[in-house]
Amino acid sequence: MAKSLAQEFAKGLWEEIPPFRLVLGLCPVLAVTKTVENGIGMGLATTFVLVCSNMLVSMLRKIIPSKVRIACFIIIIATFVTVVELLMQAFAYPLFLKLGIFIPLIVVNCIVLGRSEAFASKNGVVRSIADGLGMGIGFTISLGCLGAVRELFGNGTLTFWETPIQIFGPSFQPFAFMVEAPGAFVCLGLMLCLMNLAGSK
Amino acid sequence: MDYIILAISCILINNILLAQYLGNCPFMGTSKKMETAVGMAFAVVFVLVMAGVITWIVNTYVLAKFGLDYLRTIAFILVIASLVQFVEMFLKKSIPALYAGLGIFLPLITTNCAVMGVCLINVNEEYTFVQALVSSFSYAVGFGLALILFAGVRERVLLARVPKPLQDTSIALVIAGILSLTFFAFKGMV
Repeated sequence: MAKSLAQEFAKGLWEEIPPFRLVLGLCPVLAVTKTVENGIGMGLATTFVLVCSNMLVSMLRKIIPSKVRIACFIIIIATFVTVVELLMQAFAYPLFLKLGIFIPLIVVNCIVLGRSEAFASKNGVVRSIADGLGMGIGFTISLGCLGAVRELFGNGTLTFWETPIQIFGPSFQPFAFMVEAPGAFVCLGLMLCLMNLAGSK
Repeated sequence: MDYIILAISCILINNILLAQYLGNCPFMGTSKKMETAVGMAFAVVFVLVMAGVITWIVNTYVLAKFGLDYLRTIAFILVIASLVQFVEMFLKKSIPALYAGLGIFLPLITTNCAVMGVCLINVNEEYTFVQALVSSFSYAVGFGLALILFAGVRERVLLARVPKPLQDTSIALVIAGILSLTFFAFKGMV
């Protein structure tokens, strides 16, 4: 327990940044990163669930019997996912429609359950919140970067607040491969390779 | 005839792993060895068909009837988690051979988003009971097919000389991309 609060927070940003260092929760990463906006929206929704569920799990960690802990964690997570779902329907409906099935699927995002199991069930409330926040922000950054790369090469635009900004000139030929399913896999693989390169020096 | 088209489109065209991007964690995690991939594929077929049917019944006769749609996420994950637990206990008692074969993959299925995803797709597409059954089974078969193909390729890649930064997950993702590209060829079929 030598790590300070700031370190717990910061490890989610580079050392253990999901989904690159912890290969968990790949499905939303691949599916919603067609544009930057979707990626960041998904990241923020996941961050909210992560922080809240980490907080509640850590508060209840002495009460929950260890035999049924996974079931308890899932119920807690599912509750917060429902909260996010309803909030987004009320305040961010266009984004909700775009993310579609992947909002309810945050329940089975392994990062959320993984952090509850590996961190929040063993640490105090404040630490768990810091961990959740760090992981969530790391996840959002990853999704944002991947979304930016895919959208930039696939469409030649970057979208913020519903308005696509044209980055390349009119002579740019969109590289449609990038916004399709195969592009997601290849792009994530290459980004992981770049991170390995940067980390090895 | 419609059911055959539905089955083909679920297995090949809308392949759950390579076109819908669901269930990718076990796809990366259990594809290093052929044996584990086969075990996982069978476990998923088994659970997914049961989960698809049960969640359809729960949704139609409980949630939709009483206007409880907003509880869908919680209800579905509860059904899946308890189903997995139940299947595990049942197999342990009555078919120990199969239980030993599926082993650790059963509990992992709870957090497999392919299972939850297919249940949600069945509801969103407003499938009838038989359609839901066919689609659950076909998606599961598609999952197994993609996983086993991928495991085969990955076993070969182990013998190849991969540049250091690309090793392991990184090259696996690139391979998955190429595999996904081959599945794209089925798009014009139906």
